Amino acid sequence: MITLTIIIIYLAMLLALGFISARYSRGTAADFFVASQSIGPVILLMSIFGTTMTAFAMVGSTGEAYIRGIGVYGLMASWSGLVHSAVFFLVGIKLWSYGKKYGYVTQCQFFRDRFESSGIGYLLFPILVGLVIPYLLVGILGANSVITGVTRGALPDIFPTDNPATNGSIPHWLTGLVICSVTLTYVFLGGVRAAAWANTFQTIVFMVMGCVAFYIISSKLGGMEAASQNINPERLVREGEISHLEFLTYCFVPLSVGMFPHLFQNWLSAKSAKTFRLTVIAHPIFIMIVWIPCIMIGIWATGAVIQGADGNMVRVVPETANANSVLGIMVGKLSGDVLSGLVTAGVLAAIMSSLDSQFMCIGTMFTNDIVFHIFGKDKFSDQQKVLMARTFIVLIVVISYILSLYEPRRVFTLGVWCFSGFAALFPLVFAAIYWRHVTKMGAYVCIIATTATWVYLFQQSGYGDNELYKVMGLMPVVILMAVSIISLVAVSFVTQPPSKETIEKFIPSRAS
Amino acid sequence: MRKIIYSAVILLAALHQDFWYWNDATLVWGFMPIGLVYHLAFSVVSGLVWALAVVYCWPSGVEEEVKQALAEMETPSTS
Repeated sequence: MITLTIIIIYLAMLLALGFISARYSRGTAADFFVASQSIGPVILLMSIFGTTMTAFAMVGSTGEAYIRGIGVYGLMASWSGLVHSAVFFLVGIKLWSYGKKYGYVTQCQFFRDRFESSGIGYLLFPILVGLVIPYLLVGILGANSVITGVTRGALPDIFPTDNPATNGSIPHWLTGLVICSVTLTYVFLGGVRAAAWANTFQTIVFMVMGCVAFYIISSKLGGMEAASQNINPERLVREGEISHLEFLTYCFVPLSVGMFPHLFQNWLSAKSAKTFRLTVIAHPIFIMIVWIPCIMIGIWATGAVIQGADGNMVRVVPETANANSVLGIMVGKLSGDVLSGLVTAGVLAAIMSSLDSQFMCIGTMFTNDIVFHIFGKDKFSDQQKVLMARTFIVLIVVISYILSLYEPRRVFTLGVWCFSGFAALFPLVFAAIYWRHVTKMGAYVCIIATTATWVYLFQQSGYGDNELYKVMGLMPVVILMAVSIISLVAVSFVTQPPSKETIEKFIPSRAS
Repeated sequence: MRKIIYSAVILLAALHQDFWYWNDATLVWGFMPIGLVYHLAFSVVSGLVWALAVVYCWPSGVEEEVKQALAEMETPSTS
């Protein structure tokens, strides 16, 4: 009950933050959607980092390390540290400048202008929203697993089950409902500003609590050295767990940040280009601070034992436990109630700091890319604009919530599929910024071909059910990138580019 | 300097594929697998390289370009 109480207090604090942020709101749609472009470097760093660190980073990494060992860090974390900063540097700053100059609030607005095509926005919108749904799912599934783990045995009279692993745990339907409701509330109260403030607070919470969990769990296991002595030896190396080709081709997955709609919105909220500097430098370090404890907890879990009720040593994580539940079980069984509550709050912080940005971005996209584009912006009052955004957000959240109840997948696997889809569209945004000859038809064919390939491959993998799905030993993202680049370049070479004025607007020639 | 830093990024990408620790189960400091320590260091070095990129390769004209564009837009019309 103490654990649950701490979690409830934490969620109440987030709601309070939402109310406070609402008092700073200027009441305009601009303030709701991009915080009037007033976010400074520290908040931008925290907001971007909090947004990119999801249940994937904590629940997913721990569970995947439990299954596949230390190589998981190299697969995602160290590649992301290098690639994310490259994308912020090469793409983020440019998109910020376009947003500032031309008033963009969404990616579709940028692509419509860049390719002189209204239709490209209608094509991209459902694809981007469709790819955000698995991202939302990652968050909700992650929260479900963690709360189940730490509240096991807490309320057996209210939530009895036949399975000892879940008897008395808060059920998934309730966890998902609460997490979505709290996030929706503080986002609805304060918009992007509330999300940015909440992200700052939550980023600090999950970074600190991740380190606290690492220390507490290692202490309970007899110290770091003792904990490491029991690790399954297969998890200490990559041989037999991860192929060289897989390790290499994961490098494409982090390119996804170049097309995340919620990151795009974060970028636009920056006060100036200089605001990005801290983010570019600190991002790899922050990733390291979050992922290393999670990986260690995951591999420790492979051999962690504690004294059972009968005095015998028993496994902390049962053999039958699924990957998503590893972090929750380790925290629940090896921390005291207070620390368990605080660490769980930290994990929820990571999850909700992504959910809030994702919720905001889909609302922004719907109103700007569909409603305003069809009917005109001036037809609606600011209150109506905000209401439309909120309505669409609730619709997508409900869809994601329902999917979370019926389609559980490994958080890491689902996350990688989602990121692969966005990564495959990265060539489009890169070409739009740097290649004068990219054409509208090239963009259309790229988007359609890439999306069709993603759907096909995702279906071949059993919609993420086959966690080790590869194509000729390669990560699916490699095939997707190849399709994307080939279609974009080949079609661009044989079709007409936009007008010279448009090209000069985005990529001025050196003589001007 | 710009070329050196971009080359450093590419070199780092190549060094990511650490064949030499692939099957090494040594525990550094008594508890951390050496393959993980290597990639921890990789992350730290990535931050340092990007710090150098921010200092020496920063697109300094971006802010002025934006200010100029906004000023030009304000001059001919008021909408």
